[in-house]
Amino acid sequence: MTQRSPNVGNVDDDHVFRALADPTRRFLLDLLFQRDGRTLKDLESGLAMTRFGVMKHLKVLEHAGLVVTRRSGREKLHFLNAVPIRMIHDRWIGKYRERRVSALLALKTDLEEKD
Amino acid sequence: MIMTDKSATTQVYRIVIKARPQAIWDAITKPEWTERYGYGGSVEYDLKVGGRYRHKASAEMKAVGLPDEMIIGEVIESDPPRKLVQTWHPLFDAASAAEAHTRLTYEIKEHQGGVCTVTITHEVAGAPMVAGMVPGGGDPARGGGGWPWVLSDLKSLLETGSRMSA
Repeated sequence: MTQRSPNVGNVDDDHVFRALADPTRRFLLDLLFQRDGRTLKDLESGLAMTRFGVMKHLKVLEHAGLVVTRRSGREKLHFLNAVPIRMIHDRWIGKYRERRVSALLALKTDLEEKD
Repeated sequence: MIMTDKSATTQVYRIVIKARPQAIWDAITKPEWTERYGYGGSVEYDLKVGGRYRHKASAEMKAVGLPDEMIIGEVIESDPPRKLVQTWHPLFDAASAAEAHTRLTYEIKEHQGGVCTVTITHEVAGAPMVAGMVPGGGDPARGGGGWPWVLSDLKSLLETGSRMSA
């Protein structure tokens, strides 16, 4: 069965960058990094914010694919999904780091050849 | 704050791949595909309840002293091309081989626009070494890629026909 468009945004990096642009959302990801699989109640206890506010932030994170929710009995658990961050790393960070490293290696070779 | 053991020892990884569910299923369960992404090596799946799973080392892995059987397990549920539940027990590292067998679930869900979500749920209770290894975050070339890197590479292979540049 075909479902409505996926509740994940790593098709599009924009969602991930926008989700990460907010300090509260980064804090929520840090909370899940420390201990994964938390309920809304558990997450909101770490924040000076209304339940509605925390829910809104979690929705943005979920839409960006950074949080995946699972039902466990009557509870809805939130899990950190590190895959979009890995992809951002590979696409945007690893690439430039590699280029810088190879530029440094080229410089090193140049300098050594001059000796 | 009280957490159940189950939730604290479950890890979830999800990626969106523009491919048919069957193509993704094949890429997970057929050796000619598993050789082409992630850490490579070839899988053997007997896709029935209680069927054997073996992930066998590639020539390169064996050359650096890794065992022929890298990961072993048993099929718990097979519902192609949507859901595969299995046990997953690495043998390539003595410390994790001594731990409890873990439980791995692949779920492939089709959405509009020809895309699927692939969700890996890894239940790692009693296996702290595995729990520390599979999230990745390290250098893939040194075995530190984990599921995020493997899934990202799988996406690249299925969508572009080639792997991510190393």
